[in-house]
Amino acid sequence: VHLTISQSRAASSANHIQPLLVDNAGQFFSSGHTNNWAVLVCTSRFWFNYRHVANTLSVYRSVKRLGIPDSHIVLMLADDMACNHRNPKPATVFSHKNMELNVYGDDVEVDYRGYEVTVENFLRVLTGRLPPSTPRSKRLLSDDRSNILIYLTGHGGNGFLKFQDSEEISNVELADAFEQMWQKRRYNELLFIIDTCQGASMYERFYSPNLMALASSQVGEDSLSHQPDLAIGVHLMDRYTFYLLEFLEDIHPASKTNMNDLFKVCPKSQCVSTPGHRTDLFLRDPGSVLITDFFGSVRKVEITMETINLTDPIKQVEQRKYSYVDQLPVSEIIHQKPKQKDWHPPDGFILGLWTLILLVFFKLYGMKHLKHIF
Amino acid sequence: MGLLSDPNRRRALISLLTRLNSPICVVCYMAGVAWFMGLAFEPFTLRTYMSENAMGSTMVEERFPAGERALTTGREFSAHKKKAGGMPVDWLVKTMQARGLEVFTQRFSRKLPFPDENKERYMVKGTNVYGILRAPRAPRTEALVLSAPCTPGDSNNQAVGLLLGLAQYFRNQIYWAKDIIFLVNEHDLIGMQACITFSPDSCRGGSIQAALSLELSSDVITSMDLVLEGLNGQLPNLDLANLFYAFCQKIGVLCTIQGKLQRNDWDSVSGYSHSVQTMMLMVMKQASGRPWGDHGLFLRYHIEAASIKGINSFRQYKTDVTTIGRLLEGMYRKLNNLLERLHQSYFFYLMPSLSHFVSIGYYMPAFGLLAVILLLRALDLWVQLATPPPRTEDGITDKEQVSSPGVLSVLTPLVISHLTGVALYTLPIQFQEMAVEQFPVSETEAVVLTAIGVYTAGLALPHNTHRLLSGEGTEQGWRVLKLVAVLYLAVLLGCTALINFSLGFILALTLVPVAAFVTPHVPKVLSAFILVILSPACTLLFSVFFFQELQELPVSFQEGWLLYLSVISQGILDHFLYGSLVYPLIALLVYPCWLLFWNILFWK
Repeated sequence: VHLTISQSRAASSANHIQPLLVDNAGQFFSSGHTNNWAVLVCTSRFWFNYRHVANTLSVYRSVKRLGIPDSHIVLMLADDMACNHRNPKPATVFSHKNMELNVYGDDVEVDYRGYEVTVENFLRVLTGRLPPSTPRSKRLLSDDRSNILIYLTGHGGNGFLKFQDSEEISNVELADAFEQMWQKRRYNELLFIIDTCQGASMYERFYSPNLMALASSQVGEDSLSHQPDLAIGVHLMDRYTFYLLEFLEDIHPASKTNMNDLFKVCPKSQCVSTPGHRTDLFLRDPGSVLITDFFGSVRKVEITMETINLTDPIKQVEQRKYSYVDQLPVSEIIHQKPKQKDWHPPDGFILGLWTLILLVFFKLYGMKHLKHIF
Repeated sequence: MGLLSDPNRRRALISLLTRLNSPICVVCYMAGVAWFMGLAFEPFTLRTYMSENAMGSTMVEERFPAGERALTTGREFSAHKKKAGGMPVDWLVKTMQARGLEVFTQRFSRKLPFPDENKERYMVKGTNVYGILRAPRAPRTEALVLSAPCTPGDSNNQAVGLLLGLAQYFRNQIYWAKDIIFLVNEHDLIGMQACITFSPDSCRGGSIQAALSLELSSDVITSMDLVLEGLNGQLPNLDLANLFYAFCQKIGVLCTIQGKLQRNDWDSVSGYSHSVQTMMLMVMKQASGRPWGDHGLFLRYHIEAASIKGINSFRQYKTDVTTIGRLLEGMYRKLNNLLERLHQSYFFYLMPSLSHFVSIGYYMPAFGLLAVILLLRALDLWVQLATPPPRTEDGITDKEQVSSPGVLSVLTPLVISHLTGVALYTLPIQFQEMAVEQFPVSETEAVVLTAIGVYTAGLALPHNTHRLLSGEGTEQGWRVLKLVAVLYLAVLLGCTALINFSLGFILALTLVPVAAFVTPHVPKVLSAFILVILSPACTLLFSVFFFQELQELPVSFQEGWLLYLSVISQGILDHFLYGSLVYPLIALLVYPCWLLFWNILFWK
């Protein structure tokens, strides 16, 4: 747990300071999130998808480094690259060529591995509908004050993400899962990052509040891999996550870098694809959202020598722009996009056409056939 | 009314069919031949590309260092081979064990049906030696094979040396997910046949994903040749050829197919003829149905295999053994990444050059156009049979003849032709001893000459057949026989073309004109001559000469004739040793079919 210690207050008379401290306490307790969670998913298996596992492990490494403990991280890896028979460096997963950075390390805790990474398990983790026997490490035990980071990587297409070569999750399912989370108050704010081909299609359908989304490529574009390592014989990372990792390596728990810098990661010149982001459902201004709000577990701690008497309920310091009371009515949100209707010719036209056909038929063959119909 | 149900329209269609039958047949034939020739034209072909995702691109780092040591090992092998007078089994076992492989030997003996004069062997006894490199961490479920032949004399010593050098290098790596079987087989194909047929029990490797056979007879090479054609014209998955080509390009080794180097000037006449020659060589090799490398016997078992030959010709730029070792290392590393058998790319294709291919969807229409001729002829005959003849001189007898053209008169030629085919199949081998006693010839010559004798004896059949038949043949009789024969030929050629397109196409080229024009009313002598020229035996003779021309080794008539005889004996041997289907197909099915047409020609 990392602390930011605000300026220490010079002690002065208790009476003078009490209301100020109570106000500060009010401000302190009403400021956003209190805990951080991360759900990191790699959906592809097979040796030639080494880079997806490396992507996920890089984000895992950054998130752990910035303070989120293993108990608050749900890591899902669909295949074991470190112990794959084809790995010339067993027990390692490298993200940089020439084996500079081993993201596997020796304290990786994988919660869902191999064939356990399925669409069903992923959705159960998100919504919390797990059987009672599921261990704590496999659960997302978030509450209404949790900021959650969700990172997905693998092979995807327009509107879907492929899980393990056998099933897919669609963008509609994902949006519905997030709405379930919202209704069950399982998150305060949620950051969704996806690194697949046509990744932007996955966040198109979101309709729940307080979601911010980033994707590595737009619809119709492919996300490209970064560099092959000839000794290992595979591509090590995808471009977007590679530059994301570089960006995150510069972040430390006390950084004040905000989301607008994250949106600038990997421009088209480096990524070849165009990364996209979506902030319309997010109620705070992205410029005021710190990176560590999602990637790290930063506790705000105020040290005071005074005793504060919290007998009265804490009043909100200011009227917040967002609160859980005014939730956005769901029925309005669902019809965000107009439904694509296929064009049909107008009904009258079809009726007229059939009348014409019948008339011609009876003209040709005589009215006596009418009696067969009527 | 529908097109076919309206009697007027039907009559019009039928008259159109009968009037234009011959022109359409001629046009179809020309179109078929032109389509086939056009296959080699580069804009009509596709570039080869790697289809298997797991093999990806050529991004591996090849680090094989020990080319010189491999050559030394090869020299040691050659010395021991001379001393042992065959396969130096003990030395090979010791060397492979020293390199950390699990070594097994396999003894085999085989008696050929008659002595093989090309390779001078009759009773073959030998030993195969193979060492298995177990994958360090993987379960023993899959395997790759690298083989080198142990040939008598001075050839292929470097191949065995390189094999042992690679074995030592591969043993030090930990990234193998499959077992690698290093096989040295004696008596080339016979040894390979023994190894493969007994392999489930004694090889103790897992299911084999791919196999490469290496032939290298010199210390430096100028180019590497890829041989794909296997038994019965079966080809490995195109991805194997693509893999080889990709690595040749990466490492910078000249690679060839059919021994011909690729040219860039496809729009010039000489460039086009070069592609045609390469493609025709592949067609000829595929049609012969024999395995053209030690890899040929693997293909039947769904194991993708190819042979790589090192060629040392008079070029300036030489490649050393270390580079060849790196090429093989790269290929094996990529094959190691495979998760399933190679199945993404084509199994049926023709290659006018190593970087272009023609898939089955593009070359089948050429055969289809030739098969259409047969169907048109059949339709024509059906129409002629359905409409009664206009003249009714002898009303009652004609009617009788119209109603029953005589099953016997049709069945008899069929049965007799097939019996002749059976005789052609069985007699040469059965009576070789008798022939050797009677005539001063060797066994091989006896077999071949008996075969030719039976073939020629079949030509005299029509006269004898008609003596057997009670009455005379009728106009309807020969039409029914021809209808049956044409349909039979169509089905036969169709099935052959599906399995071995080249064989089916070459047979179609010669037999379809025969089927189309032969009737009892054409001038007898000329037609008989043309029929004999277009018969399977003469087709084979011309193919032999043509094949030699394509390889730029033209032969005189004497040499060509001797080569022809040896081709027949090799074909019979291939059938009895490895199960090649060309000889039974020709003897039991194609030859009787041709005999039917010969019968029709001499119908009275």
